[in-house]
Amino acid sequence: MIGKIHLHALALSSCLLAAPAMAQSVNLYTTREPNLLNPVLEAFTKDTGIKVNAIFLKDGLQERIRTEGANSPADVMLLVDVGEINAALDAGITQPVKSAAIDKIVPAQLRGPDDNWITLTKRARIVIVSKDRVKQDAITYEDLADPKWKGKFCIRAGQHPYNNAFFAAYLAHHGAEKTEAYLKALKANTARKPGGGDRDVARDILSGQCDIALINTYYIGLMSQAKNEQKSWYDAIKPLKTSFADGGTHVNVSAAAIARNAPNRENAVKLIEYMLTPKAQELYGDGNFEFPVNAEVKDSAAVKLLGNVTPDKTPLSDIARNRKAAADLVDKAGFDN
Amino acid sequence: MSVAATAHSPRRPSLRWRPSTRLAWASLLGAALVATPLLALAVTAASRQAAEIWPHLAASVIPQALGDTLLLLLGVGGLSALAGVATAWLVTQYEFPGRRAFEWLLVLPLAIPTYIVAYIYVEFLGFQGPFQAGLRALTGWRSLRDYWFPDPRNLSGAICIMAAVLYPYVYLSVRALFGLQSATIVEAARTLGASRRRLFWRIGLPMARPALAAGLTLVLLETLNDIGATEYLGVRSLTLSIYTTWVNRGSLPGAAQIACVMLALVLFLIVAERRLRGQRRFALPVRQPRHVGRIRLRGRAALTASLACALPVLAGAALPIGFLVVEVLSRDLLAGVDTALLQSLANALLLAGLASALAIALGLAIAIAARLGREPWLNLASRAASLGYAVPGTVLALGLLVPLAAIDNMIADAAKAWLGRNPGLLLIGSGAALVIAYVVRFLSIAISGSESGFSRISPRIDDAARLLGAGAPELVGRLHWPLIRPAIAAAALLVFVDCLKELPATLLLRPLNVDTLATIVYGHASRGSFEDGALAGLLIVLAGLYPAIMLARAGGKAN
Repeated sequence: MIGKIHLHALALSSCLLAAPAMAQSVNLYTTREPNLLNPVLEAFTKDTGIKVNAIFLKDGLQERIRTEGANSPADVMLLVDVGEINAALDAGITQPVKSAAIDKIVPAQLRGPDDNWITLTKRARIVIVSKDRVKQDAITYEDLADPKWKGKFCIRAGQHPYNNAFFAAYLAHHGAEKTEAYLKALKANTARKPGGGDRDVARDILSGQCDIALINTYYIGLMSQAKNEQKSWYDAIKPLKTSFADGGTHVNVSAAAIARNAPNRENAVKLIEYMLTPKAQELYGDGNFEFPVNAEVKDSAAVKLLGNVTPDKTPLSDIARNRKAAADLVDKAGFDN
Repeated sequence: MSVAATAHSPRRPSLRWRPSTRLAWASLLGAALVATPLLALAVTAASRQAAEIWPHLAASVIPQALGDTLLLLLGVGGLSALAGVATAWLVTQYEFPGRRAFEWLLVLPLAIPTYIVAYIYVEFLGFQGPFQAGLRALTGWRSLRDYWFPDPRNLSGAICIMAAVLYPYVYLSVRALFGLQSATIVEAARTLGASRRRLFWRIGLPMARPALAAGLTLVLLETLNDIGATEYLGVRSLTLSIYTTWVNRGSLPGAAQIACVMLALVLFLIVAERRLRGQRRFALPVRQPRHVGRIRLRGRAALTASLACALPVLAGAALPIGFLVVEVLSRDLLAGVDTALLQSLANALLLAGLASALAIALGLAIAIAARLGREPWLNLASRAASLGYAVPGTVLALGLLVPLAAIDNMIADAAKAWLGRNPGLLLIGSGAALVIAYVVRFLSIAISGSESGFSRISPRIDDAARLLGAGAPELVGRLHWPLIRPAIAAAALLVFVDCLKELPATLLLRPLNVDTLATIVYGHASRGSFEDGALAGLLIVLAGLYPAIMLARAGGKAN
């Protein structure tokens, strides 16, 4: 009986799971959530007739493409966070994009070595405070370690990639010794164990559990538009102009890259070029309140909400290089314990 | 004891057959399937890059993670054992209001994945959850500065939340054994003046020890494997450390090393379980036992029993399901039902169905080979094939990726050379890779389910059949099959539900354009908007509820 069921199911599965083969298509491996991408991808298909086959992967994307090897169907990768991007580069699963059109839009420091990856959008990691209980409009990252915030600071896990990249940037500014002291001081200020997500810190400000927290900018935008209780989290917070004492705001990026063995290379370039057009930048950037990389898009939703952000000068490659050391320091300081 | 249940030593010499080569092959296949990713893991852990990271891991990561993990295991294990054993004893020994309903209601939490229930409790008990909102409305308090409220986002929170949905593993396996205790022995004890309490401690519990150990092992392995709930609740478990080492340090070797530490812990658990089972095995006597009548409880005792059974059902099933239903209705998510969601439901059911059929077929073959075969390696193979459950899904999926992709590339290259066209990646591209991953991960349940089915059949039956001239196929087909069918059905349902809930391997190994309910929930959750995934979450639960109810029924019938 089992055998019979098995055969039926097998026949069924081959119909259900077989990837559609289309003459014009591009295969997308993404660590960005599909709901975020769908509007742009649908517009792309509508405008170009190229169908997008997508798979949303999280941390295994790089391993998957690497092991799939020469016959991997992957064409385009969409990645977030400089660490993830660099890991793909190090794994040797990318290839130069090579497009004059793209080079015109995206400045060189926002492209990987040999154009192995291309920044699509930027996001900043800034400080938010309780609108009612904290009276200041600007702050430095260094100030977060001030003992006056004792028992008032909330943050997600120190080992989360967003914080990891931030601490790596801090390390680039201040060196290992001071960063470890900073981590210990931050930890001493926490109102609760580091954990949860970025939006949770806003909720915890509303509830009175904390007064000050670190958050990625697009979460602020998403909460401002929420039609549920998250709107009240937004109403309870105030974003501060945040920067390093000797620099600008910590900015991370989302990027696209072409897979080394891309079977549809031309379409891959087309997709990336498309995602940099003002129309797509608005669809993609505004949908998630990220800062567009295309300078033509002047008043993006993110800028309207938070104003212009001056990015810190620390090169992304330095941040990527410091990540391991930052992760070690977080462990050493017992930040997540 | 020999009056009611025959105690056998596992090494009792009995007449055995040489298993057919096909069965032996099945055993080998199962063991090899599971061993492949584990070997890949060991190789990675031994690489040069790994030697560099080990001192840091040993100094700053592992001690703390091991400590937290042990506390988590102790807590979840203890609480699950308490809830599982107590409720199983109540519903099998006593009669009280609602008992018949509780018998199956108590299984329902099994349908709810830990990562979903963790989100639900953080929301429910959170500042804007109904609980605190009600409290504030009653008292006039305004914010957390006015009052203290327990935060579920810590170790103790994780223990309670995970135990609330994992205890049914203990309940199911212990209840089956309590139900089997034959009247003679219980009545003899009662006649000799044993109190109810004494009956439980001196007869019920000792006889249920193997079942308790089996159920508890599942609970502990699930706890150990978990990443979604522990991460969300801020517990730094070994599994989470594996994950962060891999992601943040880009060090798969370092992650593999922690995984090896974890595997050592698992081996310890499995050995401990064997020890706990001891030398005893309780097979049913050849004749069906008579069952003890339940003692009718009245008044306060009846109320206490009902409440004791209601509490785990409420915490593990009613509240989370209710919460999801309210979310779905209040956010008008039903309007968002689209073909993509239905397709993902179909995908989930199909993949889980296929995987459970394969796992059961393989598990059964392995168990049969181990029972009939003489060679000790068959037993060893069955142990090895059970190890997949012990490895965190992410690690297992990463370990499987390498050999599966290698096979895929070999096929593709051969096709290109001979047929002149590239068929793409066959295993990964068709979803077969995912089915294989499920089978590897949950084969253990199929094997232990089959084994527990067999263990209830006295080897004397085999001997008798053998003396009467029955061959192996006849023995298995005509004698064993009807007797083990309930246990097999239960194992199949358990595998099915586990596949539905599975996340890490599903995420990593599924083909392009294929989503399952679990990956949809994860997609929403990773954007920090879990509530939008409530409908998919509810569908996972509903899809799992039916098998869970069947499971409860199957167990009930065996009684």
